[in-house]
Amino acid sequence: MIQRRLTQETARAEASLPGALRLGLARTSLELRQFVRERDAMIFIFAYPLIMMAIFATVFDGQVVGSDVPGADGGIPYAQYFLPGIVATGIMLTSFQSLATSIAVERDDGTLKRLRATPLPATSYFLGKVGQVLMVSIVQTALLLALARLAFDVPMPDDAAAWGTFAWVFVLGTAAGAVLGVAFSSVPRSGRSAGAVVTPVVLVLQFVSGVFFPFFSLPGWMQSVASVFPLRWMAQGMRSALLPPEAAALEVAGTWQHALTAGVLLAWLVLGLIVGVRTFRWRRRDDG
Amino acid sequence: MPTAASSPTRPSAPAIDIRGLRKAYGPKQAVDGLDLRVERGEIFAVLGPNGAGKTTTTEILSGFRVADSGEVSVLGADPSHAGRAWRSRIGVVLQSTDDLAELTVAELVRQFARYYPHSRDPDEVIDLVGLRDKAGVRTRGLSGGQRRRLDVVLGIVGRPELLFLDEPTTGFDPQARRSFWSLVRDLRVAGTTIWLTTHYLDEAEQLADRVAVVRDGKVVALDTPEGLSRLTAGRTQVRWDDGGTVREEVTERPTALVRDLMRDHPGEVPGLEIRRPSLEDVYLELVGAPGQDSEEDR
Repeated sequence: MIQRRLTQETARAEASLPGALRLGLARTSLELRQFVRERDAMIFIFAYPLIMMAIFATVFDGQVVGSDVPGADGGIPYAQYFLPGIVATGIMLTSFQSLATSIAVERDDGTLKRLRATPLPATSYFLGKVGQVLMVSIVQTALLLALARLAFDVPMPDDAAAWGTFAWVFVLGTAAGAVLGVAFSSVPRSGRSAGAVVTPVVLVLQFVSGVFFPFFSLPGWMQSVASVFPLRWMAQGMRSALLPPEAAALEVAGTWQHALTAGVLLAWLVLGLIVGVRTFRWRRRDDG
Repeated sequence: MPTAASSPTRPSAPAIDIRGLRKAYGPKQAVDGLDLRVERGEIFAVLGPNGAGKTTTTEILSGFRVADSGEVSVLGADPSHAGRAWRSRIGVVLQSTDDLAELTVAELVRQFARYYPHSRDPDEVIDLVGLRDKAGVRTRGLSGGQRRRLDVVLGIVGRPELLFLDEPTTGFDPQARRSFWSLVRDLRVAGTTIWLTTHYLDEAEQLADRVAVVRDGKVVALDTPEGLSRLTAGRTQVRWDDGGTVREEVTERPTALVRDLMRDHPGEVPGLEIRRPSLEDVYLELVGAPGQDSEEDR
């Protein structure tokens, strides 16, 4: 009987293996290079929210949302009202859509299998993905805010509390989106179908979650459906950070519902983690 | 059973030890009771047609699949439970894929080199397989043969003790195959044990120290290339024209037969042809006709 045991050579190799964190950084740099070279990703994940912001702000120039809101000074300009929703959409694209698509493709084309044969730890692979998502999200969000501020005169909050809210919604939204992306990457049957499977999910959520229309103007049942999913809460959380406090009156509940927002996002984060860990595979389904 | 395997740190411990390996996919028995032992430092070829179970066996040995039954030890460990340190000692070149298209050759080799504790110099290995001119090219711009050489570089950059090559030269032109063969020989000289699956007889003959011929997940012959070619001995084919009809005899004593023919024909023996079966004939016989009872129980 051959027993499972590590030989002396394996023990020696063990001692000199490169650290998981260092490899995670190396993976991040590689993932970023891949991302910026992938034309689809750059257009539909990185540039899309910026383009939508420019279109919306231009088309609805001069119009306002909620002119009847007391204290809102004659309403909130469209560009300002939609910026938080577009920021939330951007986060969903750079985390959820980016990972769901790229991991599905990497599973299908053999990248994951190839990596599995190397001593790269799974932790480092995921750290690389997280690093890539964070970098792309931060740059995209910064560009969105800069575009809104410089091209469309959208005022930015000037108190630290608002930016604190912005930060936790950003971090929680990105984290939930990323783990859900990993979990969802097992749904497409092939790398080629990944875009076709992931994009509609993202698009439908954008429409029902109040990204393109004011959420309060959507039919009640649509609001209920959207409330199950994270994007509605990410958008609302971003509005709470980027809009003046009076705008809370425009929300369905009439308040910003921070506790509920954090709760829903955390619940999705945990669900994504559990499903992601259970369903993640290094190989294609048809590969045994 | 020999007891050498009980002290896996000794240099005499085999690189790979397989006993009674079985793996089925649904009703198909892909690997059907395989026994093999690969010594350190040898080039071991597994030769067989498509569907013989070569890839399945390779994937079990490299830790991608779990066997249904049997015992497998690779570098002293069970591949299905082995960890990072074990993986840092093996190199795996699987069948061709088109992944990682947007990265350049140099970026990939440098990246993979970082995963290993004692990797080779990336530029040196790129040179070794003749990809220096392509180092800055994204892999989507490589030809099939160049792509395959990149696969090999990524497999050897970690300085593996044991290298798995699964049909490495499929789609190579003859010149690329020759240079690939010399690369494999160099690796062996450097001390690497090589597990090579192939469906090319000449590849096994050229490279291997020992060859296992497999069919339907079983070993049907196991020998050195010279030993395999000895299987051709004693089966010479003599053919001649016997008054308008071609006659053929397979004999162990061709000279005696020809002597008889010379007696019958005072001049030239019409249409005389004497032929030894090639190694290829032997191989085709081994893997071809079903139901042949060869040395599968060895």
